[in-house]
Amino acid sequence: MKSTQILGGVLLVLGCLGGTSGAAEIKLGAAEALTGNASQYGAPIRKGLELAVSEINGSGGIHGAKLALIFEDEQGKKEEAINVFKKLIFQDRVLLLFGPTLSNSAQASDPVAQAAKVVVFGTSNTADGITSIGNYVFRNSVTEADILPVTLKIAGQKTGFKKVAVLYGNDDIFTKSGYDNFRKALQELRVPVTTTETFAKGDVDFKPQLTKIKASNADAIVLSALVAEGAPIMAQARQLGITLPFIGGNGMNSPRVFELAKDYSDNLWVGSPWSVENPASENKRFIAAYQKSHGALPDQFAAQAYDAMYIAAQALKRIKFTGKLEADRSAVRDALPVVQWSGATGAFKFRQITGRDGKPAGYDAVQTAIVMSTKDNRYVIQK
Amino acid sequence: MLAQQFVNAISLGGVYALFALGFTLVFGVLNVLNLAHGAVFMLGAYAALQGVVLFRLPVLAAIVLAMVVTALAGWALDRMIFAPLRARQAPHLAPMIATIGVAITLTSVVEGLFGAENLRFPIQMLPSEAFSLGGAQITSLELKIIFLAFALMALLLWGLKKTRIGCALRPLAESPKAAALLGVNVEGLFSATSIVAALLGGMAGVLIALYSNAVFPHMGQPMLHKGIAVVILGGMGDIRGALLGGFFLGFAEVFSVAYVGSTMRDAVAFGLLFAVLLLRPEGLFGKAEQRRA
Repeated sequence: MKSTQILGGVLLVLGCLGGTSGAAEIKLGAAEALTGNASQYGAPIRKGLELAVSEINGSGGIHGAKLALIFEDEQGKKEEAINVFKKLIFQDRVLLLFGPTLSNSAQASDPVAQAAKVVVFGTSNTADGITSIGNYVFRNSVTEADILPVTLKIAGQKTGFKKVAVLYGNDDIFTKSGYDNFRKALQELRVPVTTTETFAKGDVDFKPQLTKIKASNADAIVLSALVAEGAPIMAQARQLGITLPFIGGNGMNSPRVFELAKDYSDNLWVGSPWSVENPASENKRFIAAYQKSHGALPDQFAAQAYDAMYIAAQALKRIKFTGKLEADRSAVRDALPVVQWSGATGAFKFRQITGRDGKPAGYDAVQTAIVMSTKDNRYVIQK
Repeated sequence: MLAQQFVNAISLGGVYALFALGFTLVFGVLNVLNLAHGAVFMLGAYAALQGVVLFRLPVLAAIVLAMVVTALAGWALDRMIFAPLRARQAPHLAPMIATIGVAITLTSVVEGLFGAENLRFPIQMLPSEAFSLGGAQITSLELKIIFLAFALMALLLWGLKKTRIGCALRPLAESPKAAALLGVNVEGLFSATSIVAALLGGMAGVLIALYSNAVFPHMGQPMLHKGIAVVILGGMGDIRGALLGGFFLGFAEVFSVAYVGSTMRDAVAFGLLFAVLLLRPEGLFGKAEQRRA
């Protein structure tokens, strides 16, 4: 009698332990560039994801289960991205993974996730062709193909440029694809290009190109660059006495422009779904929470990562966990496309795209662009 | 545009030459291909930047701080890496491989301390009045960069020709053993050379940081590649060669952007370099029996 009671008690305890450990944690992975050059984008992404996880866990998690986020450093390199994708998928057995930081790496590593049938959720990949890899590839970063035509159109209306010079980084898939989209949009708007100049990643001297642009008598400079090169480009242009407006891509939408090109940063036009100046309540709450936990202003990379985690959480709330990893992973894939969310970057939903083979492939973001220009080291919303 | 590109090329070429001088000096005297020279270049830029940002020094004092830091780095490099390897008569490649390790370590430490992102000098600290000179826009900062680059080069050339240390370097470059027999303090001179080389590299780093508004941990890497090209072009270990090679590369890069196209910047610059080497495999100034340094 007594021994059966004890046995029952032990079983009960074991049962509880088993039950709680099954529901207590949902393992998610994030492969981001935490060291190396690209860590200037990977670091805010990490902070955005962590902030969202702590908020979600703080308000009860996913039906009581806590999110556990495992970070791996992909160093902004293709090979590393493939390695850490494999580790997260096969060794850590995560349910879904975020990343990688650069479009360059995503081209290489996302096929690994697709083949393993695990959802990969890019928060910062904006180059063309990422989501055509397959139907497990999602992103909430709005592609430049959607943003740049709007930016050009509005900047054109407000500054009245007739012809432009183009400057872009030609050895990076992100800035190169930004250039392709700019070129397409300029053709559609019938804006003549006076000269097209390039630079390479890690270049520090842009004066020869800028001197040439100055001599070409353009009304504006279209710039496809990341902040690391874009900010010195602006500073050097102003030092050469070039006061033309710059029209930038996603990479130039960061408050870091004001640190790196301080006092030389006026008259830069960018479009993005996120703006530090956007007064929507979700955005204000995000900025306040981010400043509180990290002591600095967030940038677009942090905002998109933060929203991505909430979007994923909405999908997780919809599924019934079976405890079988494969089944749960495909349940996540099926639940994610229908999620709609309103976060720091505004109203959001997914749109399935068609792959290169004509079959339905991965999912891109549908969001409205905010066009801003810079004045006195601030962004001013123009539309 | 021509005048402006000329100014661009002079400033850029000056920095390349300064960088290459230190590089070629170590090769000529210590017979080491110092692949940490790019990292020392980066260290100079960070030292000056932190001097301005952290210690609120005026720019000139920050430059002095950068000189002290890079000189220390050059001294440590010789004492901790080159000297022990010399003492053990390590094979030719060992010190070169060791400097790769030094470069990775320095870059990682700086990245860990100050982050991977681009930094820049606070703008209000820099002189920014611009002059118009024959159609070219030239800032007083650029003038100072050009002046400083030339002054340092002149100082080095004078030092090598006229001072006792400079005179002692020549037999040393020829044969350390013979120099020791002649009563030259060989170890001391090796250290001095490493210090001077690091100083020149560090100064190039400070100047490029001021010139381009960009300081980041990996900034030494592209510079190192260009430095190697310049030094090979000028003739390994040759001082005049490094000087001319630096300006050659600066002009080649700038004018290939101006007249060929920026996509071809490196292709034209390095293509020209290749062509020169085809005609003169030993470099502009290299001779088979030429004495180094």
